[in-house]
This record gives sequence, C-alpha cells and structure tokens, in this order.
Amino acid sequence: MNAPRPKVRIATTSLAGCFGCHMSFLDIDEHLFELVELVEFDRSPLTDIKHCGPCDIGLIEGGVCNAENVHVLREFRRNCKTLIAVGACAINGGLPAQRNHLDLEACLREVYVSRDGLGEGGVPNDPELPLLLDKVRPIHELVRIDYFIPGCPPSGEAIWKFLTDLIAGRTPRLSYPMMHFD
Amino acid sequence: MSKRFLFDGRPVVFEDGQTILQAARAAGHYIPHLCWHPDFPPHGSCKLCIVKVAGRHVSSCAMPAKEGMEVESNTPEINGERRALLQMLFVEGNHFCPSCEKSGNCQLQALAYDLEMTGERFAHFFPERPVDSSHPDVLLDFNRCIFCELCVRASRDVDGKNVFALTNRGINKHLVVNAESGRLGDTDLAADDLAANICPVGVILKKRVGFATPIGERTYDVKPIHIVAMEDGK
Ligand code: SF4
Ligand code: SF4
Ligand code: FES
Repeated sequence: MNAPRPKVRIATTSLAGCFGCHMSFLDIDEHLFELVELVEFDRSPLTDIKHCGPCDIGLIEGGVCNAENVHVLREFRRNCKTLIAVGACAINGGLPAQRNHLDLEACLREVYVSRDGLGEGGVPNDPELPLLLDKVRPIHELVRIDYFIPGCPPSGEAIWKFLTDLIAGRTPRLSYPMMHFD
Repeated sequence: MSKRFLFDGRPVVFEDGQTILQAARAAGHYIPHLCWHPDFPPHGSCKLCIVKVAGRHVSSCAMPAKEGMEVESNTPEINGERRALLQMLFVEGNHFCPSCEKSGNCQLQALAYDLEMTGERFAHFFPERPVDSSHPDVLLDFNRCIFCELCVRASRDVDGKNVFALTNRGINKHLVVNAESGRLGDTDLAADDLAANICPVGVILKKRVGFATPIGERTYDVKPIHIVAMEDGK
C-alpha cells in the first residue's frame, strides 16, 4: 500500500526585505497546486501564524536590520531543520545594506528631520519600534544557514526547483540559467 | 617527439616556455582565471587558476609546463577552493550585483555562477570606498575592485599614461589614481584607452551606456564563462 507521505511543513518570513522574494515564490503559477499537495505552511505572511513551530524548511527573505529581525531569525533557526537564505538581501544585505557606509543617526535625521515639512515629529522613538542595528547584516552572520538561493529576486522557477529537489531528498541545485545575482 | 603533460588525465602537447594555462587553453581546456590576460605577462594575484601538480597547488597562469607532469584542475576539490577564493573576493569589497552596471558582463559574477557559488559564507567587510565621478566619460566605483592590476598594467604598458596604481598591502591594499588630487578627472585618461576597457568587474565604467543591454541578452546570460573565455581568446 502506498500510504501518503506526511506533508512537509514550511515557514517563511521577510526580515529587511521588500517582499519581492515572496512575490517571486507566488510566481510559480500552476505549480502552486502541486505545492499545496506537498507542503503545509507554518508561520508565514501567507498564513498569519505569529510564531514559528517545528518545521522542516524555513525560507528567510531579507537581511537583519533591527532587533526584531534578530529574534525572528533565531526563532526560525530554533524551529527549522533546514534554513534557507532566499535572495540578495538575506545573502549579502542587499539594498538595505547600502546604508552601512552612513552614520545611522545622520541617516535618520536625513529622513525624519532635515527634509522639508518633516521637522515636527523628529525621529520616531516609540518603545514599540524595534531598535535599528548600526549595520545591516546578511543572515548567515547570525545563524547557521543551510542553503542560499541567489537572485534579486530569485525566479519562481529557481525557488520551485530548489524546494522540489529538497522535498524529494535530492541535493538542491540550480541550473545555469537559474543562477542570478540580479 | 613533442612534449606532453596530463591535464585531468588527458594528454596535452606543449612547447617550451608555455605555462600550464597557455598550453591547456591551446588544447581546448579552460582553466578559470581573473587576473590573467592573454596580452600581458602573468600577474599571479587572484589564484583562481590554481591547479594541483604532484599534490601541490600551483598558479597555472605562471607555472611553466613540464614534460610528464600530471595536472588536476576541474575536480570537486579544486573547484571548491576556487569557490572559497571567490567568496573572499565578494566579502572583501561591496558587490551588490542588482545595482551594478557590469552585472551580466562581469567575470567575477560569471565565475561565481559557473562554480555554483550561491552564497558568500564569510563575514562581510562592508569597506568604505567612495566612488570617483570626476571624469567626464568614465566612472570609478572602487567598491568592486579585485586588485587584478589589469588597468594598472594596461595604462602603464600600453596606453603609456600610468593613470592607476595599487597602494598599501594586505587588508589596506587599494586602487589609487596617479594625480595630485587623486581624482580621475585630473588625469589624461580617455574613454577609449585600453585601461578604461579592461576591468573584468564593475570598477571602471563608461558613463551614459549603463544597462543598455537588457537582462537575458548580456554576455553571461547567454553563455557561461568557460565557453565565452575560450571563444574570445581571453
Ligand atoms: S562587479 Fe561583478 S560581482 Fe561585483 S557587483 Fe558588479 S556584477 Fe556583481
Ligand atoms: S579597477 Fe578593475 S582592472 Fe583595475 S585593479 Fe581593480 S578590478 Fe582590476
Ligand atoms: S589567473 Fe593565475 S593567479 Fe590570477
């Protein structure tokens, strides 16, 4: 008898990213129907589950730019057997890391104080707001990362190829046209 | 009888004076390289061309071929080491390919694709390297320099202008412009000088032509570097 295999549990999150990698993930079109047969989602913007439970695969979009990102990343590492950095920002900091050469305070003043019409409120200082880190960091500098899927964003096909390789128990591998850093 | 050595188990004929890399290429075998260029003497800085001969690592761009040597190049071990070298080059500079005009035409990026470097693994330096936009036709983005000295060699030995130099050592090594002000705009570099056209990465860029070729049609979108490098003879 061919008993159905239990579904693979996947969690996803966007840290210092733009959700472009999640959009690309959704861009796998009709593979979405195959995907729901193979996997179920834990914490993810797709489910609105707030905290990650034990999972087989975690997909992280974006680097780490504030204290909350650090907590979320550690929660994922604690719970996911395989953790994957998805996209340029998770892999090397990407666009948000362009601020790494600027003084953080000068950066905040430029955005919230110096610009015309923005002098009133000053730099937001609500205790609810996560504290910014002085530099944006790629996620492998904080926790162990098992795999990287490059691209800005990686194509839906690349994400699909990677996931299906993993789920089938193969070493995930991108074909040459799927390898892109841009 | 002609002299030969074994390259990944296959016989390669060579002439005295040829390096391993030259002889291998002449026989149709590609060896990855970044600082080597067919028109210049070997530089030996990037080490991407490492091969193993009798259990020892040598730079194939600089090592003369010798009768009977057994050379290992395209093996998982050596390619893994080449990948680690690439990862170090990436974290040492600021390589944000999505916003780089050279993306798709960059040899560093193309080698990373070919050797399946999906991530950098090491901690990023995020060095501070301000750009120089003082020249009317050429932009200098120091963030991406890999210190291959091709621009230095081209400017000094071919253009006869000596516009570029490397200064300091180790972690403090960097590219400088030979002008009192240190600015490219104060040199006699012209956009059609060899030095302005030889950079394998995205440091020395022509202004007003960036992103002209659409994604999908750029050099390494179409073909991997191990094919392009053999077709172009470089
Ligand atoms: S020089 Fe090459 S590797 Fe560096 S950012 Fe530009 S395209 Fe990417
Ligand atoms: S600017 Fe380009 S050609 Fe010159 S040393 Fe740097 S990487 Fe090499
Ligand atoms: S190509 Fe031989 S060391 Fe760079």
